[in-house]
Amino acid sequence: MAKIVAGIATSHVPAIGVAMDKGTTGTAYWQPLFKGYEPAREWLAKLAPDVAIIVYNDHACAFSLEIIPTFLIGVAGRFPIADEGFGPRPVPVVQGHPALAWHLAESLILDEFDMTIANEMPVDHGLTVPLSVTCGQPAAWPFPVIPLCVNVVQYPPPTGARCFKLGMAIRRAVERFDQDLRVVIYGTGGMSHQLQGERAGLINREFDLAFLDGMTRDPLALTRITHTEYMREAGSEGVEMVMWHVMRGALGDEVAEVYRHYHVPASNTAAGLMILETRGAA
Amino acid sequence: MTIPRDYESIPGTYVYDAERGRLGYVLNMFCMSLNKAENRKSFKENEAKYLDRFALSAEQRRTVLERDWLGMLKVGGNIYYTIKIAFCDGLTFQDVAGMMSGVTKETYAKMMLAGGRSVQGNRYKDGTAPEATHG
Repeated sequence: MAKIVAGIATSHVPAIGVAMDKGTTGTAYWQPLFKGYEPAREWLAKLAPDVAIIVYNDHACAFSLEIIPTFLIGVAGRFPIADEGFGPRPVPVVQGHPALAWHLAESLILDEFDMTIANEMPVDHGLTVPLSVTCGQPAAWPFPVIPLCVNVVQYPPPTGARCFKLGMAIRRAVERFDQDLRVVIYGTGGMSHQLQGERAGLINREFDLAFLDGMTRDPLALTRITHTEYMREAGSEGVEMVMWHVMRGALGDEVAEVYRHYHVPASNTAAGLMILETRGAA
Repeated sequence: MTIPRDYESIPGTYVYDAERGRLGYVLNMFCMSLNKAENRKSFKENEAKYLDRFALSAEQRRTVLERDWLGMLKVGGNIYYTIKIAFCDGLTFQDVAGMMSGVTKETYAKMMLAGGRSVQGNRYKDGTAPEATHG
């Protein structure tokens, strides 16, 4: 039986990837952020999961406005790195896990989550920056990845409550998979940030820290935050935090926070990282 | 019955909803075309000619040619798309954010280093709701 052993929440700010790709992580600007990533990398290397499900949003790369899937799962064996408008990031191609991904697709749809299925798609910084943040710069990523995309670009994204329920369904599906796999799930995006308009640059530390606390204290209360509340309190792009709920929903009731890191600024964004282990995790 | 758009009370924010989606689709799909290196090259060589390929409104066309980043949002631009024009120019998200909020790059960077723009006083447009009654 496969099992979800841990969840990782992290921002996926593109500039974090650029800093790593250009070798500027040691500068006075970036060093405090990257120093805080080191314990997470050590933890993940020690955990050595068999596969990761990464919940993220595409940013006008794999999909445009032509077709906008609310929830999508990538079932390919490999996912090339997208050209986002300035050439692809110089990071390894992402290997998929078609057997588990197809199992998830079938299970989720029969469990009433109507997933879009992608046999081919490039992956952008939304997926690769979380890998960089938690794995550093290996020649090949240390585990296969199942991309799970959530629309947050065209309003409205799915609600936080719906995302949490999708996470619960992912957990049920993973536990029905007949191979012994230890699975980690990433919820990415956020935390507070606004990239657009006269209000660009908005950061709300108080909101973010309460959100981090809520992940263990009362995750269901967090799922009741409305889109307008996210946008008003955490910036228009802060609504990405709905994706954290997919991760949290997949972990079950009992979790332990093993690490967190919060830093402002990463370009325009409050960068948050949190590691949660399910009870009884190896 | 229409969906309430209570987020319209947030100042300086252009939520990419159905209404902006209808307005901005062509503009954003032009931006999407810049994901291809050959298209970036053609656009840079002759911007006006390249834009002829897309059925932009006159105002959309102006905002692109003049790099009126805030103006683009007002005619249906979505920041994840319009930023691709900025990438073509060698600009970053932070450069564009500064220009949209009407301050110099240095002032904007300084604000971010000091913890970002405060939410205090930035929750509601003037007159839409008193700050004190919420959060």
